Amino acid sequence: MTDLTRMDAAALAAEIAAGGASAVEVAQAHLDRITAVDAKIHAFLRVDADGALAAARAVDEKRAAGEVLGPLAGVPLAMKDVVVTRGLVSTSGSKILQGWIPPYDATITSRVREAGIVMLGKTNMDEFAMGSSTENSAYGPSHNPWDLDRVPGGSSGGSSAAVSAYEAPLGIGTDTGGSIRQPAAVTGLVGHKPTYGGVSRYGLIAFSSSLDQAGPLTRTVLDAALLHEVIGGHDPADSTSIAAPVPAVVAAAREGARADLSGLRVGVVRELSGDGYEPGVLDSFAGAVQLLSDLGATITEVSCPHFGYALPAYYLIAPSECSSNLARFDAVRYGLRVGDDGVRGLEEVMSLTREAGFGAEVKRRVILGTYALSSGYYDAYYGQAQKVRTLISRDFAAAFETCDVLISPTTPTVAFPLGARVDDPMAMYAADLCTLPASLAGTPAISVPCGLSDGLPVGLQVMAPALADDRCYRVAAAVETAVAGRDGQPILAAGQSL
Amino acid sequence: MTLTMSAYDDVVARYAPVIGLETHVELGTVSKMFCGCSTRFGSEPNTQVCPVCLGLPGALPVANARAIEATILIGLALNCSIASWCRFARKNYFYPDMPKNFQISQYDEPLCTDGWVDVLLDGVAYRIEIERVHLEEDTGKSLHVGGSTGRIHGSMHSLVDFNRAGIPLVEIVTKPVPGTGALAPEVARAYVTELRGILRSLGVSDVRMEEGSMRCDVNTSLSRVDSDAWGTRTETKNVNSLRSVERAVRSEIVRQAAVLDAGQRVIQETRHFHENSGESTAGRSKEEATDYRYFPEPDLVPLAPDTEWVERLRATLPELPSARRCRLQATWGLSDAEMDALTNAGALDLIEATVAAGASAEDARKWWLGDLSRRANESGVELEELAVTPAQVAQLAGLVTTGRVNDKLARQALSGVLAGEGSPEEVVTARGLEVVSDTGELGTAVDEAIAAAPDIAAKVRGGKVAAAGALVGAVMRATRGQADAQVVRELILARLDQA
Ligand SMILES: [Zn+2]
Repeated sequence: MTDLTRMDAAALAAEIAAGGASAVEVAQAHLDRITAVDAKIHAFLRVDADGALAAARAVDEKRAAGEVLGPLAGVPLAMKDVVVTRGLVSTSGSKILQGWIPPYDATITSRVREAGIVMLGKTNMDEFAMGSSTENSAYGPSHNPWDLDRVPGGSSGGSSAAVSAYEAPLGIGTDTGGSIRQPAAVTGLVGHKPTYGGVSRYGLIAFSSSLDQAGPLTRTVLDAALLHEVIGGHDPADSTSIAAPVPAVVAAAREGARADLSGLRVGVVRELSGDGYEPGVLDSFAGAVQLLSDLGATITEVSCPHFGYALPAYYLIAPSECSSNLARFDAVRYGLRVGDDGVRGLEEVMSLTREAGFGAEVKRRVILGTYALSSGYYDAYYGQAQKVRTLISRDFAAAFETCDVLISPTTPTVAFPLGARVDDPMAMYAADLCTLPASLAGTPAISVPCGLSDGLPVGLQVMAPALADDRCYRVAAAVETAVAGRDGQPILAAGQSL
Repeated sequence: MTLTMSAYDDVVARYAPVIGLETHVELGTVSKMFCGCSTRFGSEPNTQVCPVCLGLPGALPVANARAIEATILIGLALNCSIASWCRFARKNYFYPDMPKNFQISQYDEPLCTDGWVDVLLDGVAYRIEIERVHLEEDTGKSLHVGGSTGRIHGSMHSLVDFNRAGIPLVEIVTKPVPGTGALAPEVARAYVTELRGILRSLGVSDVRMEEGSMRCDVNTSLSRVDSDAWGTRTETKNVNSLRSVERAVRSEIVRQAAVLDAGQRVIQETRHFHENSGESTAGRSKEEATDYRYFPEPDLVPLAPDTEWVERLRATLPELPSARRCRLQATWGLSDAEMDALTNAGALDLIEATVAAGASAEDARKWWLGDLSRRANESGVELEELAVTPAQVAQLAGLVTTGRVNDKLARQALSGVLAGEGSPEEVVTARGLEVVSDTGELGTAVDEAIAAAPDIAAKVRGGKVAAAGALVGAVMRATRGQADAQVVRELILARLDQA
């Protein structure tokens, strides 16, 4: 019998629907895989075996009763710990929420449950999604399955590591400045950041409200599209959710797999290359451009002059919003409480709790954001950053007048070694250089594996206009097909086996 | 150090007060501002809460359309411009009864701006300009247990009730109001009275100051009468009745004058008003004020009420108090001054209801502005807080009109009603206050009075009718005032052949 953990989500769902394997068998196979490898990977903060098996049994019962199953029913999923799960501890990678059991489900959690998807547990992440390596997790870093001494990316590094290590075929990540795409790129996965408002934020423990978006992390483009259609769509509980149908991403992924991009206008963003980009990454990227051209796309170079200001703008907007979003962690109603000895006053307990409960990077950003929003500095920092944001959106709009999609490397480098950047925040921040513009503009972008550099995966980023997520999927699926054809196997097949 | 307080009249002869008012009004929507929780008052603590109004991680707000409509209605009633595009903003500060440690409010883009309302005092109109009307969410309520003051300092522990957290709150801010002179306290009160009337007529809030659904902060500053420069202002909080609005302004004027007279400077600060003493004490100094780090609320899309929506709401505006006053003044035939007195006494609704219950306008006005106002003043309460209903006042007036009691007995009956002895009808019966008009019973008393004063009787018989007064007095004494004096007089004159 084939190893169930090596199958992609679409194939597993078909197998379960056809009765070739039960959902319980599939869940158990993945739980066994987690038991076998997660001590080395540390993708999961907690595994909910009982919950997973119960959900799988429910799918099997539905099937036995002759009910029609959803397209991903019975398929296991690794949920990033930033997503609130009723009855299951959710910490967002922080000590300050250690042991917090949410009394409610995030909208995407309910949608995942209703689809019969089997949630295996909660995955590791940089604390409050602030980071690019999982090294800012309060619970220790995750390891990249391609090289255990390297980072799996971040902040959704637990989900990327889990899916890349075959512990789960589906992963949910969240992306604020690149936290889905960058981990996908450095672990050889597909990761999509939807149009802002395309997926409900209700129940995502907020980092930066105007930027946060949840999306899929999977081993194939089709799997990502299938999961996107489950979690996407309007949610009245999120005021910023778009009241429009989910773009037809599954159809687009299937269309793209035919590997014909005739007539597609592809723009290569000049500003997202050059100094600071590893030669191996640029080589893989050049190979991807060649593939796109071979598939019939016309390639032009476009300039987006304000993309260079994305990083400073991002590091004002995101910290500003997080300084406010994280104010609620005050020891009054839930989570950690330190120093409440009956003698100390409220403010002191609040202070001691935040001192003990937040990690260094979180404190750095809260302080930065508090400063940027202060009276007298607001215009110079937050206000100015918002203007840059507008200019970046205009760059996109101008480029999309002549191009259907824009492309760039997803990250300037391949997975870096654990510990290499922990003492250098600026180097860590640079990991998001290519992903930040689409985050600030609220436009969709996908990362798809396009090659290897010294045996480590490189990602191609495909960016599209708002609400045109389907274009990302179509192009990514075409690249996926073409790369497998060129290399004789998918990129992930080159990964080391644990 | 004690300051020497001068008399109010002396103070306002030397200083010109400038006042300003910030009023918070809890809207009477069924659900909260950003979630579906009930807004019912008085429920068990923390029973009307959800992830959103508890600020749980991940929860998001969604704006209540009914609350936005109510705010637009308030703006329209106050002659404001309604913004075609505006945003909510986060006001960041730490406080344990604020679940998110920021309040969703509005900052530099309020929903309504630049309005006005006229208040009338002794026939003179004072225009109060409205700076802004904006929408925000209320906080929870802290209860500090174990201390003597009910304040956080000295308490053993604190309890927080989040039922109130997230209830829609409208803030109405006036521009500074100069030029009211000695009348500043009365103008302040008249404005709040007018505002309360407007809000009540709109049906957007129950505007109960005692339950906290309407709360006032009063800004006061003084300048010398010969100077154009305004002084430093203070903000007096916790002003929870119409009477307190007036008292707070008056006491702050006197206090600031004492500070200035002593050659000191007024400190820009928040002061807390104490209902019992009528004085205020210093709170937080604004000179070391919190930086609220306002920024646009990223969890909510901007508010963009289109013209069509605003005009549809404008068409639903009910008759506002000023229009209603004009109508009632004409109906009741009152002078401007009479009408202002009645309005500022907070008696308009009461009088209208009393008239509706069958009393004449004149009687209703006489009772509410006369005896009832005096009693309200004596017990330091508002007219409407007296334990008598307009229907009871109408009944009382009816008892006088039909001659069943006279004015004096009616006042005794009123005392009984206020003491909780029942309706005027019931009190009159129970206390035996009814006028004695039985001519048989009175006849005996009259005969006795005539027999007791034969010389006076002779004078009346001889044509000196005025002398009958002494006999009437004797009968009234004999019946302990319960006889109808007119009936007694007629009986005497008939007996003495002068009818
Ligand atoms: Zn609620």
